[in-house]
Order: sequence, then structure tokens, then C-alpha cells
Amino acid sequence: MSDTNTIISPENLIYKKTDVLLDNTMHYCPGCSHGTVHKLIAEVIDELGIQETTIGIAPVGCSVLAYNYIDIDWQEAAHGRAPALATAVKRLMPEKNVFSYQGDGDLAAIGTAETIHACNRGENIVMIFINNGIYGMTGGQMAPTTLPGMPASTCPAGRDVSHDGAPIKISELLAQLPGTCYVTRQAVHTAANVRKAKKAIRKAFENQQANKGTSLIEVVSTCNSGWKMSPVQANKWMEEHMFSYYPLGDLKDE
Amino acid sequence: MKELKLMKGNEAIAHAAIRYGVDGYFGYPITPQSEVMETLMAEKPWDTTGMVVLQAESEVASINMVYGGAGCGKRVMTSSSSPGVSLMQEGLTYLAGSELPCVVVNVVRGGPGLGTIQPAQSDYFQAVKGGGHGDYKLITLAPASVQEMADFVEDAFELAFKYRNPVMILSDGIIGQMMEKVELKEFKPRWTPEYIEENFPWATTGKKKGQERRIITSVELDPYVMEDFNYRLQAKYKACEENEVRYEKIMCDDAEYLLVAYGSSARICQKSVEIAREKGIKVGMLRPITLYPFPEKQLKDLAAQVKGILSVEMSAGQMIEDIKLAVECKIPVQHYGRLGGIIHSPGEVIEALEQKIIGG
Amino acid sequence: MKEEIIIAGFGGQGVLSMGKILAYSGVMQDMEVSWMPSYGPEMRGGTANVTVIISDDKISSPILHEYDTAIILNQQSMDKFEAHVKPGGTLIYDGNGITHHPTRKDITVYRIDATEEAARMRSVKTFNMIVLGGYLKVKPVVKIENVIKGLKKSLPERHHHLIPMNEKAINRGMEIIHEMEVEA
Repeated sequence: MSDTNTIISPENLIYKKTDVLLDNTMHYCPGCSHGTVHKLIAEVIDELGIQETTIGIAPVGCSVLAYNYIDIDWQEAAHGRAPALATAVKRLMPEKNVFSYQGDGDLAAIGTAETIHACNRGENIVMIFINNGIYGMTGGQMAPTTLPGMPASTCPAGRDVSHDGAPIKISELLAQLPGTCYVTRQAVHTAANVRKAKKAIRKAFENQQANKGTSLIEVVSTCNSGWKMSPVQANKWMEEHMFSYYPLGDLKDE
Repeated sequence: MKELKLMKGNEAIAHAAIRYGVDGYFGYPITPQSEVMETLMAEKPWDTTGMVVLQAESEVASINMVYGGAGCGKRVMTSSSSPGVSLMQEGLTYLAGSELPCVVVNVVRGGPGLGTIQPAQSDYFQAVKGGGHGDYKLITLAPASVQEMADFVEDAFELAFKYRNPVMILSDGIIGQMMEKVELKEFKPRWTPEYIEENFPWATTGKKKGQERRIITSVELDPYVMEDFNYRLQAKYKACEENEVRYEKIMCDDAEYLLVAYGSSARICQKSVEIAREKGIKVGMLRPITLYPFPEKQLKDLAAQVKGILSVEMSAGQMIEDIKLAVECKIPVQHYGRLGGIIHSPGEVIEALEQKIIGG
Repeated sequence: MKEEIIIAGFGGQGVLSMGKILAYSGVMQDMEVSWMPSYGPEMRGGTANVTVIISDDKISSPILHEYDTAIILNQQSMDKFEAHVKPGGTLIYDGNGITHHPTRKDITVYRIDATEEAARMRSVKTFNMIVLGGYLKVKPVVKIENVIKGLKKSLPERHHHLIPMNEKAINRGMEIIHEMEVEA
């Protein structure tokens, strides 16, 4: 009979949490994609050895407290303004690594202008975009990316495209801009997808170090609380509905 | 060596910023202050001092760029005029809530709405009473000459870093657009990363090994912690009120009547004092230089000496509320001022004084 | 000495730059100066005016309601500013396009047909320098040598070859300005 100490003895370890990810208990709901993406960012920062030179910009939304989980310097922005903060941080300290972390409401609704113009100027930053098609923090309201027919508390009968417009494919839009060098759409609901997403994040940071311009990583995500599903159902629903509207893969890689 | 130049107030702001060693300017064009960014772009300080100058997509973006830069311990600033400054109010309350130092210049024009591009002083309330949400204050300096436009850039940054709070230079279309002689100060080097590291441990410059991570934020979900933070902010403002009041008194020693005016209106009123004195009317003037903190005590003292006060502002009467609070209804206080971009003349001020205070 | 001047005319007549050169000339002889323009859409072809004050002492208000001298270069400005010349003050105007000539008898009125003269000199751009010359003839508030220095300060280097032409225009202005009898 083995006790816990035997299990975690060095010769038995096959996985180690990066030190860049703090031990604070995450406030995210079980099944939420944020935690996984945080972990991937922390691992990339660790692997690239850039913990001392990375500044993160947190949004308003569920990940408003992202700074509690990744052990780097952080600034918390007003709703939608993260790309403006990141612009100044990078321009004033070009030798640092700067990334913004935003949800769909932050990046694709209230902050659309800041997003588009930071990308259009080709700010040499990484933008992480969590698209779960709903406003999680405020309790499940319609997002700019909520799918047609998908219910939310401000469209209980489902999104009516004739009334609310179609969900915005902001990554496709941003890929059109000459300032972006890398625009990709990823997911983190399976081990294989997690591995791909991490590669993408790493590439984005490497692009920044090579002064290539703006890299945008959209992560199509679940919000099982907001969607009112179990985590397993949410993953399935995402595969069946989200991926057809938001297909995974690189939109641009220059 | 003393270097005298003839320039507009807006140009003086730009030159002073470069010479003082400002790290970044982020702005959006709007009349009557576009010369600030135009001058910076023509001077190309990125080639000399390394200053970053960037035209943002909106005033919302520019004030948030200021937030990002300020969070790194850099000396950053923006400038705009009334409608643009309204857009910046969100950023300003976040800056105050995150305790970040920065300088915002408002070259005020007449409103409300898109209003007029002509000068006004109708943004006093917005500047000194908050503007954005929450219990915060903007330290507000009111220049009355092109020289002060230049000098206050340095003063504003010093106050901003002393109190870790945004500072507004509340100017107007007259001071921004007029040309006067200016003596520009010597070039000072920008702060080095080492200096920032040493003096501003809160700045997000990259977390060193063994160091606590720095977090620039204004969010706090625990109301008790948030209350404590608010008390701390208020204590800071109290210290500012005790230490930073600036004002100018003109011919107050024997004054029987007092004009109170700031910025360009103070220049106009100074002429009114000259004309009134020639007519034998004993008028003096108090010019608040800091609008927040307001020279309350000085006004209270003067209220014991003069028979009445005329507050002269190019607004419907905003600063008058602070004057009334200061003098505690002990003497009559009246307002005079033209609106919507019309500038009152020195003669009109005297007429108003005669009708509303001396005759009233 | 203190001289409070309004220069008013059409945008494009060089009203603002004439004021600027005058202000610079004041700086050159270590006097206090202020230059306050009307700004905005007015600058683009409508009326333009600038208040210039040159003084031995510190200047209080850059905004005035009456002037020692009004230099008037179109009819709208005549209608607006004739009444604002101080009693005993000076009004200088270009007769081109003026239908209602000045009527005040308590001021000294000069006429300078600078538009006509500039056309004759085939140098329309020096129009404002002709006017400035005329003004300095009747109100020598700054020395001509300081005006030339002021010109050098306010003109970009690449335009410095135009200075002799401007100097010629100033001299011509001094010659052609003449006092008017105001008719009742």
C-alpha cells in the first residue's frame, strides 16, 4: 500500500506544475477553459525564460483577476481597453514581453476600436482572446459572439439575427489587417487541442521577440455555467455548434 | 542660458514636455489643442530624448495608453479639449483608483455637447468635482499665461508622482492659442529604468526573481478592503489640501471688493482691476492656481476684509460654489461670466462688479 | 509704452502672420508681447483677426474691448472694429473693397492702398508687409531692424531669401500711407 509521499517522490513524477502558475485557488467554475489557458501561458513564459520581462494586461470579465494566478507583473485594464494599455507598455519598454488577455465582450464588443487599432498599428504584442459566446461574469448575457438561436439571459428565446445581428467573427476581421502577423483559432477541451493551443501561444511570444507584429490567439471556449450545461455537455455542445461557426486553425501565419 | 521664445500655449506644453524628460504622449486631435501633438510630431523627440509620441484612435484609447505607461512608472501625458476630456473620464477614474501618476491637459472649449471651438471655462465641475465615478479627486492646475503652460508641465508631474494621482492642467482656448514670450527650461534626462526600479516599487517593469509581483488594479471585491482603500485615498487628498494650495493675490491689501478668477479670466480681470483702480474703486483679485485643492482658507480670510466677491468665470457659475463654501455666506458672492465661447471684456467685468456687488 | 492693436481682415491676407512678425519684433527689443488670434473655421477664408499687445510692462489681459490702433483690411472688420478704437486712437485701413469709409472724428484715420500697391509690385504675398510698413510709419513702436530680426525668427530658413522683398514692401508701405480727412 503506497502513501501519498511515495506517489509524489521524484522518481515517480511525470508532470510538474510550472512555478509561474501560482498556487492560489482559481475562482473559475469547474469546467471553465480559463484555467487551462492560464496554465498554458504560464508554461510558455516559463519555457521561454521570460518571467522577469513579461507584463500581462488583464481585462474586465471572468478573467479580471487573472493576476492572481500567473506570477508576473500585471495591469488590470478598464473594460475593453487592454490593447491600449498593452500598446503603451510595449512602446515605452520595447524590450519587455507584453500580452493582453481578453474575453469576447471585452475584445469584440466594448473594446472593438482598441482591438482593431492595436492590430492595425501592428503593435508588437500577444493578444489572447477567450471566446465562449457569452458574458460569464455578469451572469450569462448575450455576447457579440453568441451563436444564432443560442439562448442567453438578454436573449432568452435565443439570439435573433434579424434583431441583434450575426455573431462577429472578429479574428477573421483582424486577419485582414496588415499589422497582424499571426491569427489563429484554437480550443483547449481535449489533450490534443491543449497541445496545439500551447504551441500557438509559444509561437505568438516568439513572434513578439522577433518583432513581427500583433499575434492573436482566439481560444473557442466553454462557459458551462452561462450555457447552463455540465462541463461534459458544454464541451460536446461547443464541438457541435461553436466549431462550425468558428472553425479551428490558422487564419494567418506570416 | 536663458532662451526666450514666442509661442502658443499649446506649443509651450509640447516643448516643456520634451525638455522635462516626459517618456510618452498619447493623444487624439481636437480643436483648440491640436498644436500640442503637432508640435511634438514636428520636434521628433524620439530621435533626441527617446520620448514616445503616438496618435491614438480616440481619447478613450489615449487615456488608457496613459494608464499603461503610468503603470510602468513612466512619465506620460495626454492633452485634449472638452468633448475629448469627457471621453477620458472613465480612464481618469481608473487612474485615480489604481493610484497612477499622469498629466492630462484640457484646453477647454464651450459646451455642452460638441459646443463651440471657442474658449470657455465650463469644465470646472468636471475637473475638480470628479468627472468620473467614485470618490476621487483630480489635482487641478490652472495656468494663466503661456509661461505657466510650460512651467506647469513640470509642476504637474511632480504633484502626480508625489501623490500617485492624475493631475489636470485646466487651460482654455485663449491660453492654448495665444502667443507670449516663454522662457524654456534646460533639457533634463528622462528617468532611467534603474531610477524607476529604485523609486517606484509599484511599477510593472517585470517581476524580478524573489520579488512579489506588482499588480496595477482598481478592483477589490471585498468591501471592507475597499473601504480601507477609500479612507487611504481620502487621507491622501487631505494631505494634498494641506500642502499644495497655490494662488496669487493682486492688489488685495487695501481691497474693499474682490474678484476671484482663474486662468484666462484672471488675465482679463487683472485688466479690470487696473481700470477700476484708475476710477478709484478699491478692487483686488484672488487667482486660484490650484483649483483642487482650492484656496479656501485664503478666501475665508479675505471675506473678513472685503465687502463682496465677484466670481468671474467663462461659465454659468461653477467655481462660485467653492467660493460660497469657503466664505460661509458671510459676505455677498455673485457670479459674472459670458458663455458658449464668448469672452467677457475687462469693461464688462467692471460693469458687473458695479451692478452686482458695489450697487447691490 | 503700451500699444494695443487689432488687425482684422480676410483669412489669407496674412493678418495672423503680420501680427506674429510685430510680436516677434517686440520680443527682439525686449518688450512684453501677446498675440491672440481668432481661430477655427474663421481661419479658412472667412474673417480673421488678431490682437497684438506690445508693452514695456507685464501684460494683463490679452483680450481687449478697445484698441489704440485698429488695422482694418475689409468691410466686415470696419463694421465691427471702428467703434472699438479708443478716443484719440488710430485707424488704418486699406481702401480696397471698402464701401463705408470710417466716420469717427475723435480718432486719426489713415488709408493705405496696399492691395493695389502689392499688385503693382507684382508681389501679392507681401501685401501684409506693405500694411505693416504703413503702420510703423505712423506708430513707430518697434524699430525696423527688429522687424527684420523678427521676420527671420518667424520665417523658416528656406524662406529667408524673401526677406529683402519684404523689406522693400515695408519701405513702400511707409511711403504710401496717408492721413484721411473724415467727412461728416
